[in-house]
Amino acid sequence: MFSGFDFNVIERSWRYLFFDGMEFTLRLTLFAMAGGVVFGTLLAMMRLSSIKPLAWIAGTYVNVLRSVPLVLVIFWFYFLVPYMGAWVVRSDTPIHVGAFASCLLTFTMFEACYYCEIMRAGIQSISRGQVSAGYAIGLNYWQTMGQIVLPQAFRNMVPILLTQTIVLFQDVSLVYVLSITDFVGAASKVAQRDGRLVEMYTFVALIYFISCFALSLLVRKLQARIAVVR
Amino acid sequence: MIEIKDISKWYGTFQVLTQCSTRVSKGEVVVVCGPSGSGKSTLIKCVNGLEPFQKGEIRVDGISVGDPKTNLPKLRARIGMVFQNFELFPHMTVSQNLTLAQVKVLGRSQEAALAKGMALLDRVGLKAQADKHPGNLSGGQQQRVAIARALCMDPIAMLFDEPTSALDPEMINEVLDVMVQLAQEGMTMMCVTHEMGFARRVAHRVIFMDHGSIVEDATKDDFFGKPRSERAQQFLSKILHH
Repeated sequence: MFSGFDFNVIERSWRYLFFDGMEFTLRLTLFAMAGGVVFGTLLAMMRLSSIKPLAWIAGTYVNVLRSVPLVLVIFWFYFLVPYMGAWVVRSDTPIHVGAFASCLLTFTMFEACYYCEIMRAGIQSISRGQVSAGYAIGLNYWQTMGQIVLPQAFRNMVPILLTQTIVLFQDVSLVYVLSITDFVGAASKVAQRDGRLVEMYTFVALIYFISCFALSLLVRKLQARIAVVR
Repeated sequence: MIEIKDISKWYGTFQVLTQCSTRVSKGEVVVVCGPSGSGKSTLIKCVNGLEPFQKGEIRVDGISVGDPKTNLPKLRARIGMVFQNFELFPHMTVSQNLTLAQVKVLGRSQEAALAKGMALLDRVGLKAQADKHPGNLSGGQQQRVAIARALCMDPIAMLFDEPTSALDPEMINEVLDVMVQLAQEGMTMMCVTHEMGFARRVAHRVIFMDHGSIVEDATKDDFFGKPRSERAQQFLSKILHH
């Protein structure tokens, strides 16, 4: 069945695929996850705030970004960020923003919306009594959040946060629209150079499947552990 | 110590408290009782500002609770509160539960906070449980830890919001014993509870609430001897004869 195919192309290019392509994908995934969780948590706190304008701003932000395709946001940011940067530093010419920085900003801001909704559910899962207990011993809002509510919310939400990160890991492949060498980008360059499209894309699919499946198994294990401890 | 003057509170258009006034002097133990939904928990939560109120004034040690200029966290740190559902922090050990606010709010050193925490834990008879998580303790033990946690802050008064209502019957006494001891040492206490035995033993005054109003506010002997309102008589006859 595979007689017409040449899988040696993988052997010839795997270093490039993993050390250039996958390295970029993983780096972007991890940084965007960290940034997205932090920003998303802040958004969640704003959405749940009793200060109405804050809740409104965060709610609008989340709803707008969630209703726009990610590819569009990637494009939009890539071309707009240099101008926004110029406006911020009051420069006449668009500032130079690297591909990685631009992607990181895009993914952080986009994924923050999804992490926000997860953290909102997490925060709401903590009983009102816990908050009252924090206030009653003299903690202020930030201390109650930081010491009591968020640690428990994170803990409850770790499996779902990780599941969202698997989605993020896959979404990162969309940076190919900017001709960036992520894992898919690297594979597609080699595929086109050597005329081995089927082999390369099959290989890429296989790697994505293996890593995502392994991660989801890990999530399931974590879920079981947390369920027991609680 | 605690002065409550004409407090009224609404949830939307529904009035939960209607012009409640009372006071708790230094060293006095006041028990608040009444049927469920009568507003007793809401009233006690107004005292340390956990529940906002729309009308009236509450002063604790001369400081107005409802005043927006009042530093509420600072005031709350001086008032201990014990909840119906214990509300220990489940992600921390018992000793971390006891030291958290001492370090974060009072600025005590970790060592000093731990020493204080252990001393109070010993007092409620749970020194051996210091490194456990709350989830591994029984309800009665959790509530005793919660009392110790409140006492760690050297409170000027203690508020109890139905501290024994969520407990199995055989655990009620271990919590009440701690409360009785506190009362006998002269702690200012305001307790929402149905434990009339506790009220008889240590209360100076009993407040009876119904439909958001204070119906009866009498000394213990008057309250148990000859409650003036019919509603209080009915309530007493129901909970004393079972």
